[in-house]
Amino acid sequence: MSVAHDGADGQGPARLEVRKTHKLYVGGAFPRSESGRSYPVADAAGGFLANAAMASRKDARDAVVAARKAFDGWAAATAYNRGQVLYRVAEVMEGRRAQFADEVSRAEGLDAASAAAVVDAAIDRWVWYAGWTDKITQVAGAANPVAGPYFNLSLPEPTGVVAVLAPQASSLLGLVSAVAPVVAGGNTCVVVASETRPLPAVTLSEVLATSDVPGGVVNLLTGITGEIAPWLASHEDVDALDLAGAAPVPAIPGSGLDWAALEASAAATLTRVLRPAGSGPASDPSGAVEPDWTAVPDGPRRILAFMETKTVWHPKGR
Amino acid sequence: MPSFEYAPAPESRAVVDIRPSYGLFVDGDFSPAADGAALKTVNPATEEVLSEVAVAGEADVDRAVRAARSAYEGVWSRMSGTQRGKYLFRIARIIQERARELAVLETLDNGKPIKESRDVDVPLAAAHFFYHAGWADKLAWAGLPVPAGRAEPQPCGVAGQVIPWNFPLLMLAWKVAPALATGNTVVLKPAETTPLTALLFAQICQQAELPPGVVNILTGAGATGAALVAHPGIDKVAFTGSTDVGRQIARTVAGSRKKLTLELGGKAANIVFDDAPIDQAIEGIVNGIFFNQGHVCCAGSRLLVQESVADEVVSRLRHRMAQLRVGDPLDKNTDIGAINSQAQLSRIVELAEAGEREGAIRWSPPCTLPDNGFWFAPTVFTDVSPAHRIAREEIFGPVLSVLTFRTPQEAVTKANNTPYGLSAGIWTEKGSRILWMADRLRAGVVWANTFNRFDPTSPFGGYQESGYGREGGRHGLAAYVREA
Repeated sequence: MSVAHDGADGQGPARLEVRKTHKLYVGGAFPRSESGRSYPVADAAGGFLANAAMASRKDARDAVVAARKAFDGWAAATAYNRGQVLYRVAEVMEGRRAQFADEVSRAEGLDAASAAAVVDAAIDRWVWYAGWTDKITQVAGAANPVAGPYFNLSLPEPTGVVAVLAPQASSLLGLVSAVAPVVAGGNTCVVVASETRPLPAVTLSEVLATSDVPGGVVNLLTGITGEIAPWLASHEDVDALDLAGAAPVPAIPGSGLDWAALEASAAATLTRVLRPAGSGPASDPSGAVEPDWTAVPDGPRRILAFMETKTVWHPKGR
Repeated sequence: MPSFEYAPAPESRAVVDIRPSYGLFVDGDFSPAADGAALKTVNPATEEVLSEVAVAGEADVDRAVRAARSAYEGVWSRMSGTQRGKYLFRIARIIQERARELAVLETLDNGKPIKESRDVDVPLAAAHFFYHAGWADKLAWAGLPVPAGRAEPQPCGVAGQVIPWNFPLLMLAWKVAPALATGNTVVLKPAETTPLTALLFAQICQQAELPPGVVNILTGAGATGAALVAHPGIDKVAFTGSTDVGRQIARTVAGSRKKLTLELGGKAANIVFDDAPIDQAIEGIVNGIFFNQGHVCCAGSRLLVQESVADEVVSRLRHRMAQLRVGDPLDKNTDIGAINSQAQLSRIVELAEAGEREGAIRWSPPCTLPDNGFWFAPTVFTDVSPAHRIAREEIFGPVLSVLTFRTPQEAVTKANNTPYGLSAGIWTEKGSRILWMADRLRAGVVWANTFNRFDPTSPFGGYQESGYGREGGRHGLAAYVREA
């Protein structure tokens, strides 16, 4: 953002920019937090960037309601239709490439070239997932040769409403890598953006709002991850939980979450849990790490993590 | 009209030799529990004591997990998939050879009719081992994650498995076969009331010369299972049982890196439309809830019948129920055997009484129940509302709750109105309606114009609080291999 200063030719101060109010994205609209709170977001060097909405428990619950409402329609859309909608998201992201690069650069302290590379990777990642929507069934489904005169088919289906704790460090590429597979499979989601780097997520929500994505399919909350996450983990109408955002930001000591507590809380309603990357248990400080998001995803693994297998039988007979 | 009385047709007990006591099967041999604890297992049809089995304590669990780890590292993980598969083929063939013995033993220990243990449980168990034997050296083609630097999927290591009493041998097969095929070793705890076929299976492992420690069987009760699941040496936990215990296990493993799959309860809707072929539908309803005395997680315990045919269906159902034979499980003509335990019987009685108290109408055919043993007559409740306990809670007994609907959408809404999601049944002649309903029913297994069909190639498991993960088929292998 630019600072007003005297014009060198003495014509008075340069134009004051109009700064964005960063709000939540719920049900296709941009409400402020019902709590009225916000919190300051800093750039990688510690300078003030903006105030972001600080989502509350009620915002999270409202978002779950919006996601549940959108689920039937999104899950019933044809895979082709979902693929086209996701591809359009990538089209609109491409149009905002410069804006995203600027925001990622400030948030993560990257130079211009590195930030541009991250944005390019994020857009390409979105395109990659758009292409999976109508293939996942063929890859993960099966006709099963049962020992009797029955037609028998197993197919993947979206699990429902997924709560995603977006990665803390990788504010755009990591975010896209967590959200795109969830919706590609037909789920709807409530996403908690990176706590310290939420602004690219807000811009992404603007992209989603203008890309034919039905309201409520993706809901984005900014705020304190540790405050909101427990309410989503224990929520009885959340079907699955992605704990990627539990991994700490290496540059910020103590920034990780107690993901064991979140997983235990999710157990009450058998919420499906995708644990954060890493090899150690939650009690181990290095138990959760943020993976290298530039690596090519391991096939449809992240899509299938949020899908159920349904097997249908029917007798064969004249 | 002459009435046809069936002559008794008892299956002989002589085929099976039950020892007076059994130890724990650890590291290839039987040994007593470290503290000498034991429990008795009874025949639920007569309450006679069949045998005494050891109760594994923490020290025994530790010894078994160490034996499984040692076998994994020293032998099983170094063995090629082809050789592993050949052990499983041996086990499958021995199960087939000793099929009658296993069936009779299962009926004695569990209470289920010999018709079912002989024709369903044991053959499916053998088939499960046979199917998984073939996967052992083909995992690279199964669509599973492959860790960086490896050529094929990798096992988790040591699996801790806890199984229920309703299909003791079959549940053992569902757990052990895929675990071994993918290269894991196992410590398995059979249910407290049905340990005997697991112990005979241990003898089959000895006959097959399975390397010691690859399969370990720890008999015991809830505490043994809890100790096993919590043991730090376990990499993968698999549980089949109640939703409540499933929740506790999920909490126990939270924060560890143990993989977990759960097969829990259900309250399946069996949906009958007005165009369903009525005789087939009646058989499907009866099979859905009275097979295995209703001790089936995927039992069709809620009949959703279209209003226009409700009276006719219920009337024919009662007529059919009156032909069901309740009695000696070893008699080949028996349809409905004994309830597995006093505890389970008490639960069924309590829920049935709740059904009456809440205003549903209860009916059972007249039948003489034996004096000894645990018995419950097949029962149907009509005038059931979705709010009744008997419409919401899993009874796990031969009790059917009947509700009605008018439109397909209403049937879907009522069927999905449950925190469970294991199975569902659809009865209609209209193909497009079958597919429409199947799409909308939130259940892991949908049986259309059939019910209670199982196969090792067919993935089985639930949505929501019926658990997560699948058993059987290509999908069932995923539980037992490491993430990439």
